[in-house]
Amino acid sequence: MSAVLEISGLTVDIPVAAGDLHAVRGIDFSVDKGETLCIVGESGCGKSLTSLSIMGLLPKRAKINADKMQFTGTDLLSLKERELAAIRGNRMAMIFQEPMTSLNPAYTIGNQLMEPYLRHKKSSDKEARERAIYLLERVGITAAASRLSQYPHQLSGGLRQRVMIAMALMCDPELIIADEPTTALDVTIQAQILHLLAELRNEFNSALILITHDLGVVARVADKVAVMYAGKIVEAGTVEEIFNQPLHPYTQGLINCIPVPGKTARGSRLGSIPGIVPTLIGDIKGCSFRNRCGFAHDACDTNDPFHTLNPGRGYRCTLDVPACEANAKELASA
Amino acid sequence: MTTTIANRGLPAAEDIVGPTPGQQMRRRIFGHYGLLFGGTILGIMFLMAILAPLIAPHDPYLQELLGRMQQPVWMSGSWDHILGTDHLGRDFLTRLMYGAQISLLIGFAAALISGVIGTALGVAAGYFGGRVDMVVTFLITVRLSMPVVLVALAVVALIGGSLTVVISVLGLLLWDRFAVVMRSATMQIRQMDYVAAAKAVGCSTPRILLTEILPNIVNSLIVVVTLEMAHAILLEAALSFLGMGVQPPMPSWGLMVSEGKEQIYFEAWMITIPGIALFLLVLAINLVGDGIRDVTAPEHRN
Amino acid sequence: MLVYTLKRLFLAFLVALTVSAITFSLTYLASDPATAMAGETASDADIEYIRTLYGFDRPITVQYLEWAGRAIQGDFGESFYFKLPVSTLLFERLPVSMILGVCAISFAIILSIPLGVLAAIRPNSFLDRMALGISVVGQAMPSFWLALLLILIFGVNLNLLPITGSETWKHFILPTIVLGYYATPAIMRLTRTGMLEVLGSDYIRTARAKGLSLPVILFKHALRNAVIPVVSLAAVQFGFMLGGSIVIESIFALHGAGYLAWESIGRNDLPVVQAVVLVFSLFYIVLTFLSDLLNAWLDPRIRVG
Repeated sequence: MSAVLEISGLTVDIPVAAGDLHAVRGIDFSVDKGETLCIVGESGCGKSLTSLSIMGLLPKRAKINADKMQFTGTDLLSLKERELAAIRGNRMAMIFQEPMTSLNPAYTIGNQLMEPYLRHKKSSDKEARERAIYLLERVGITAAASRLSQYPHQLSGGLRQRVMIAMALMCDPELIIADEPTTALDVTIQAQILHLLAELRNEFNSALILITHDLGVVARVADKVAVMYAGKIVEAGTVEEIFNQPLHPYTQGLINCIPVPGKTARGSRLGSIPGIVPTLIGDIKGCSFRNRCGFAHDACDTNDPFHTLNPGRGYRCTLDVPACEANAKELASA
Repeated sequence: MTTTIANRGLPAAEDIVGPTPGQQMRRRIFGHYGLLFGGTILGIMFLMAILAPLIAPHDPYLQELLGRMQQPVWMSGSWDHILGTDHLGRDFLTRLMYGAQISLLIGFAAALISGVIGTALGVAAGYFGGRVDMVVTFLITVRLSMPVVLVALAVVALIGGSLTVVISVLGLLLWDRFAVVMRSATMQIRQMDYVAAAKAVGCSTPRILLTEILPNIVNSLIVVVTLEMAHAILLEAALSFLGMGVQPPMPSWGLMVSEGKEQIYFEAWMITIPGIALFLLVLAINLVGDGIRDVTAPEHRN
Repeated sequence: MLVYTLKRLFLAFLVALTVSAITFSLTYLASDPATAMAGETASDADIEYIRTLYGFDRPITVQYLEWAGRAIQGDFGESFYFKLPVSTLLFERLPVSMILGVCAISFAIILSIPLGVLAAIRPNSFLDRMALGISVVGQAMPSFWLALLLILIFGVNLNLLPITGSETWKHFILPTIVLGYYATPAIMRLTRTGMLEVLGSDYIRTARAKGLSLPVILFKHALRNAVIPVVSLAAVQFGFMLGGSIVIESIFALHGAGYLAWESIGRNDLPVVQAVVLVFSLFYIVLTFLSDLLNAWLDPRIRVG
């Protein structure tokens, strides 16, 4: 199966007062049709910038470079703004974190839903309207036809995010990027939206990139996982591999932070990762996690190798697999 | 195992040693050309106004009817009257210097009066909300519906023009922007957690207003002060120009333009020179105001 | 929307009432109106006669109510100077001020909104700096001085345009520029900051993510929201312009209401001054009321409550 999106060596640099901020420092991944890739990491690790650079939505001053950035065989970096606009909202769509502010307050839901369809499919109003109603129903909004004439401020956050999802699906895109789509929502609504996303991905058979900082979300919907730290992918693999055999100490630390019902004793402390993220301004030599890592040794000051175990599975560490597995045991028991 | 973890030479954001706040402030001030330019001009005008009795070459009221309307030195005039003389033979440069006194005095005094009224109303409305806010908002609306120039002209004409009257009338008319800005600024601060904290520990209302609210709105207050100073100076000039402000023989710049108007076809410099002085002073005050806003709240700059 | 309209209407009415009371009290501000009317040579008996004739001896509230009651019917009394009904004078002069006001606000809007939008699209570009320059200069330029300079350049040196009177449309060009330029900085700055803020908003990112074209993003999604506060400001500026027209009309000898007010102030012709102040205030109140409604209509968060 050919990949919908294939990226290698992607870097994003943002000029700031103190120098260049190397926000994304060379990452590789790919997603296939019908597959969900979760990109996990804490805020500032570059996961959102990665998604925005795919969509071509970064401000002009941000410098994007990549060895390869192909969307269904098309090199995204070589496209002109107008050619990119013809793909955006059409063959790839994005769902944002803030449903409260992501819809234009001045126009009705219907107007905004139909907009991409009218533009990209050159359809009639009637057709676009039917498509909008169908999708609103599909994302679980009742009385869909009457919602079309409502304004965003009349809808709750959860409903608005459903509208955003419906809007992303309007043109039946091959790739959907969802950037923290549930972060701003209530916990109960979060579960519904996640469930909906997973279901729709199956139904529409598109590729889904889900950006999140929440490993609980990853466990629920991911096929593949890429863990990002300080602008680099530190570990990649299938969801089973990541959860059953976490190799990078950062992944191990993240998993230790999740409370497990029945296993985590009431009142006991959850795991935490000490230390702070290094600044990404200027060049970093060696492993960027070494100041927070209990297993760091001198080699980490200069080396930062990525080991590919098999296609799609790998980790970034100076230690070998057995040593990493031993570390995982030590961390889990600490 | 989380006990000791070496830093291992990775720089954190805090490790990038930046300039201290003081250095940053200095850098912003001296990197802000508008502020520097405005400040310089304003400084010169100040010195001119304060030192006028010492440095002015002539008496501002001394008429020399034989030497009327001498042109400035670069046209056909002499070094004795560098900027020439007016229609009554008074030295133009001297009158310009004394005119700076009037403009600056009016600007400061009117801004002070309107600042006290407007800030009191605005802070009260923003802090107490409810009925107080309704009344103040109503007062602001009423004030805004009255045409300033027209009302000022009428009142000054009815009472009789003098420096005190012009200052009082402008002071009583120009408080609206203070009230509007202070009201919204106070509303924002009022919702802050530190105000709630001060209330929770039992601080009195005057104390909260003075120590929690006022320091946080003082930046916007300064900006409005400069705006209204400029506004008052322009209005005084307009009133005097129309003959209903400061009365002759006082050397108000607006009055000087008005007197020169009669000669517009023959001696255009007579309106150009006091106009430039007025323009430069107002420009300088506005630039300083914008500069203060940019320097004190760089995050609000777009 | 209906409740909103009624609320606004009630507020506008209250403001108008207060303004009329203040305007009326102008009469008693400084001098005794009977003395003023009688003139300098009048004897005490003459003054007393006028006082009773015009009812100046009655309680102020009674006088106010009577004045307001007649003002509602369009009767502002008689001009001391012209010995004509004030309403007749106003009818003659108001149209000139209105034409000037409409021309000036149109000039200001046509100049400032496109400049503000362009400046916001490319912040810190040459165009942005030029727009900033225009607004900084505009705010510092005394309008009467600008008027004189334009007269000097276009009327005297180039001899292109007439400089006094209100006979032809050419007479309105210079006053329009001066009065319009006065409102330009504020409208341009608000358009620019509004556009900048909107362009940085999440829903503009959404619009871009939908692959919409730049004109659609700018004009449909951004300007519509950025222009909402500009509408109120333009209405306010229009109101201020009428007030400011007194300066411009007197310089260009445009025979409008502002010029009438200036002449009447000089002549102590109080009924005329009161009437002009009141009419200008009422006009401002109506304008802001209409702009509130327009705002509500533009902003669905108010319209569809």
